[in-house]
Amino acid sequence: MPATIAEKIIAAHAGVESVAAGQIVVALVDLAVAQDGTGPLAIQQLRDLGRLQLKVPAAVFFIDHAAPSPRAELSAAHQTIRSFCDETGATLSDIEMGVCHQRVAESYAKPGDVVIGADSHTCTAGALGAFATGMGSTDVAIGMATGQTWLRVPETFRIEVGGRFPEGVMAKDLILTIIGRLGADGATYKALEFGGPAIEALPMHERLTLTNMAVEAGAKTGLVGSDETTRSYLAAQGREGDWRPIAPDPGAVYERSLSYLADELVPVVAAPHTVDNVHPASTLAGTKVDQVLIGTCTNGRLEDLRAAARVLRGRRRAPRTRLIVTPASQAVWRAAADEGLLQAFVDAGAVVTNPGCGACVGVHEGILADGEVCVSTANRNFKGRMGNPQAHIYLASPLTAAAAAVAGEIVDPRELAATGELPPKGEQHG
Amino acid sequence: MATPGGSDDILRGRAWTFGDGISTDHIAPGRLFHLRTDLPELAKHVLEDANPEFAKRVKAGDLVVGGRNFGLGSSREHAPRIIKLAGVAAVLAQSFARIFFRNAINVGLPVLTCDTSAIEQWDDLEVDLAAGEVRDLTTGATVPFAPLPPVMLKILSDGGLVEHFRKYGEFHLPEG
Repeated sequence: MPATIAEKIIAAHAGVESVAAGQIVVALVDLAVAQDGTGPLAIQQLRDLGRLQLKVPAAVFFIDHAAPSPRAELSAAHQTIRSFCDETGATLSDIEMGVCHQRVAESYAKPGDVVIGADSHTCTAGALGAFATGMGSTDVAIGMATGQTWLRVPETFRIEVGGRFPEGVMAKDLILTIIGRLGADGATYKALEFGGPAIEALPMHERLTLTNMAVEAGAKTGLVGSDETTRSYLAAQGREGDWRPIAPDPGAVYERSLSYLADELVPVVAAPHTVDNVHPASTLAGTKVDQVLIGTCTNGRLEDLRAAARVLRGRRRAPRTRLIVTPASQAVWRAAADEGLLQAFVDAGAVVTNPGCGACVGVHEGILADGEVCVSTANRNFKGRMGNPQAHIYLASPLTAAAAAVAGEIVDPRELAATGELPPKGEQHG
Repeated sequence: MATPGGSDDILRGRAWTFGDGISTDHIAPGRLFHLRTDLPELAKHVLEDANPEFAKRVKAGDLVVGGRNFGLGSSREHAPRIIKLAGVAAVLAQSFARIFFRNAINVGLPVLTCDTSAIEQWDDLEVDLAAGEVRDLTTGATVPFAPLPPVMLKILSDGGLVEHFRKYGEFHLPEG
């Protein structure tokens, strides 16, 4: 039976020839991960059950949400994780290494894997052609202990994108546009499978932005086929041996198909307090901005920082607009430093932080005051998300966020390009 | 699942109504991240950003009634855990976000998908788990709720996923 990418991977892990959407299976898990917010609870479940022999092939704990620790309670949680890793042989990604989803893409997930993670944005790894989904601490604990999880095979929405992305428009604008159309619950329980010429031409960092936000439409995961772009990305991480091709079968059954032409996309912004409240950036122009955050598992990769630097190099942030840049991982931080990007951000008046989740989760490194407005490259603008329910978060691409930092208000970044103020993209990096 | 004023299969309690799109940030805010390893303390703030009165006045057996997409956002299992710790007997909503729904079952908190649009704050509700219906004793209306998939019903009736594993040592789930 022709299968979607999700169906292929699940069938292979359930030890059956094929599966159908809606079917419940117990599947093998290749990689199970947790972070410092969800890991301690998973560890508590494993200790309560006395299951310290982890059967999953790879278990990784990331200390990224509150790293380095801003409070004694969190230091204790970090200690719990470190001791558990020492005791069980689980892998530890400590405070200096960065955001779990970026680290999973760089070092752990493989095309064709089943990945479960106690973090809702675990779906990010779907860009590599893995079936990756977020679960709670208990599900992940059981996955670590047994190497198995139960799954309901999701129906798949095919998202076909043709054409070419215009200047000033990024994958972030595409995924926000899709979420604005589907709604925050429009794809609940579904898999989003991205394909078509514009997706095939998309570099890995942009694919990761797409799959990262699948959950913001309620989806169980987002998937992109594994191709030559995937192979080059893995090779650049020293993992070419982990590559294998994955594509849906012709004739695979999709519950719904959505088509986009990349040429028609415009820079968009998700306004408070829901991710599906999406508007063209131009219609929100003039909205005063107190803080800009460039980073996170959505848009904290090297190429995202390069995009921001195109706007920020040789400019200053607006006098009353703070700018925070948080590279997603140590590897990104190091490469950005080598290229002089961090210097350019500092020259533009930014504070460059350590890699990690940074201000996105509302724990530290940029909590907003009452009534303040933040433009963030993150994936969530929920009330209270950045530590203050009285603040307002707008989500945008790195280009739009950087433009807001310079202007002190929301602007359409294409205006900079139109006036020749946006330098050319230069060398394309995959 | 015995509750005040009900047998094991009947839950009876007051309705606390919330609107659409209650996120896990409303339920267990990120600014209280440091309390995640102290659930009784975190439970004192449950749903604080949606209704500041809720955590102060919730009583054992009360029912949380949401609209669409209840529990969207983060995978933090602390969210259903602190709703349960606060004494809430069940959450009723028009629809649930996937991870919250799965987490609630895993921690033994009943989550019921039904038409909640006519339920008002303080309505006296009776949830008949066996009959699959919610009776609004204040208005006299009855609405059915969607049955849980057999797999989730099994985990819930075992008292959650950890209890399921304590009992069987492996996945022991019905077909379908």
